[in-house]
Amino acid sequence: MHSRYTWRTLAREVSLILLALVFLVPLVGLLNVSLKPQDSQTGALAFAFPPTLDNYVQAWNQASLGAALANSFLITAVSVLLIIGFASMAAYPLARVTRGWSRFTFYLVIGGLLIPGQLALLPLYATMRDFGLLGSLWSVILINVGQQIPFSVFLYTMFLRELPLDYEEAALLDGCGPLRSFVSVVFPLLRPVTGTVVILNAVGIWNEFFTPLLYLGGSDNTTAPVAIYGFVSQYVSQWPLIFAGLVISVIPILVVYFALQKHIIKGFAGGLKG
Amino acid sequence: MAATHVPTTSPDVHQPPAQAPPGRRRVGVRAPWWFVVPAISIYLFIVVVPSANGALFSFTDWNGLRPDWSFVGLDNFTAVFTDRTALDALVNTLVLAAAATVVQNVAGLLLALGVNSMVKSRYVLRVIFFAPVVLTPLVAGYVWSFLLSPNGAVNDALRAVGLGALAHDWLGDPDTALYAIVLEIVWQFSGYSMVIYLAGLQAIPAEVLEAATIDGAGAWSKFRRVVLPLLNGAVVINVMLCLIGGLKQFDQVMAMTGGGPGTATETISTAIYKSAFSLGDFPFSIALAVVMTVVIAVLAAVQFRLTQRKSI
Repeated sequence: MHSRYTWRTLAREVSLILLALVFLVPLVGLLNVSLKPQDSQTGALAFAFPPTLDNYVQAWNQASLGAALANSFLITAVSVLLIIGFASMAAYPLARVTRGWSRFTFYLVIGGLLIPGQLALLPLYATMRDFGLLGSLWSVILINVGQQIPFSVFLYTMFLRELPLDYEEAALLDGCGPLRSFVSVVFPLLRPVTGTVVILNAVGIWNEFFTPLLYLGGSDNTTAPVAIYGFVSQYVSQWPLIFAGLVISVIPILVVYFALQKHIIKGFAGGLKG
Repeated sequence: MAATHVPTTSPDVHQPPAQAPPGRRRVGVRAPWWFVVPAISIYLFIVVVPSANGALFSFTDWNGLRPDWSFVGLDNFTAVFTDRTALDALVNTLVLAAAATVVQNVAGLLLALGVNSMVKSRYVLRVIFFAPVVLTPLVAGYVWSFLLSPNGAVNDALRAVGLGALAHDWLGDPDTALYAIVLEIVWQFSGYSMVIYLAGLQAIPAEVLEAATIDGAGAWSKFRRVVLPLLNGAVVINVMLCLIGGLKQFDQVMAMTGGGPGTATETISTAIYKSAFSLGDFPFSIALAVVMTVVIAVLAAVQFRLTQRKSI
């Protein structure tokens, strides 16, 4: 890395900024078109003037986005909580116990990283149907948790292996049982990796389309992406209306991103370095 | 790809778990075995058992509704490999995954090198290049299908710079539809590759680069001989992620083309979905899923071997 700001750096800066503007075009276009009157025939880049919020009102009412956003939120929150709890607990013996069963279990779990969900698709669908869970948010929550266990356990285990034992030993000397020492000593020490696990899973689960489409499609319960999918097929090529719906459905995740972007980028990078 | 959701793997996965350094006391710390029970139960229930059943049922005529079934040998696989749509889907998926992996990694690496330099706007640039990653893939797909439509922004821009002859219906033309989807994927996920490469770049000690400079290495040879070898870990993770994500591609295809025109953009995932839930052909669908699993496993193994050998 150069420490001085040379003309080369300037050239690099200018070209990166131009590239960033091109990168932003789809996002600006999305917002722009959503503010146009519905009969507008102008292109994505012709500015909406005067802008109108009519599309938002109509999209909100017609796509039942309120209920869908609430479901997306509920599914994401419950799934992420369960993933954190289960994965961190499981990682503890997997990282600390050196016996055979522990190693075997670790490989069994991370083997799941390579299995595509499509292989389990039909048997799982049949099972959920037999349990009467089709159309229930629980089906999607259970599937999210099960599918994300391998990666989250992997991250937690790797992190724990680097963590010194001293705190746990101190807790033991103070008379803590294993559960108590995990909850009040070990888990708080896992904070950095918990942040990564939360971010990776929350973004993935919020945006997930396939599972909710399959298990919730056609029911009264739906998530934001599935509601949008139905909405778009219903209002084909009424772009201003569709785009208003799209904006509403991505506002929550984009707000979270811009509020936490520093941690999110770090979390992604840190989590993926392994 | 649902890349944000795709579990990844890293070189560490294939190495034995780290042993405790000698001298570390294990006395006293008790990590009870039953801590793994909740996670393992749900993992077995959601992933392992249904996957094993999927593999088993691919050799049967199970139709998903009746509890009874009988073995039919390789019939389902014969059906898959003689079906025009399935073969097209297989080829499309491989082309899409390969193209997206190459372009996204080159783009991601260039972006990372750019925002890792001394440019003043580097923090803002990182945020902008990464923003599409968090956008719902389905939504990004819709936005691009609008931009790529006959009167969309892409064609407007081409006409504006005098390349109007190139303007056409990108997603409606079987020759360009698949590559238009690749373009969308690259736009959406280059920031993801960028962040991983950035993490790799920042792990390179400054002294190593200084030493190379003192030895008279130019920018290119420094990149080629010092930076790139040290980025090997990031390359392995990135290529693996892109490849697996590309091979599973579903969301953007559903949003942009639904698999059309004809079968020009059908992927294995969309074909599995359609054969199971539109056509009700469970045996065919489940055999296709097994083929997909084998393709992913083989490519992951090959990729891992290749990148391992390249490392020093």
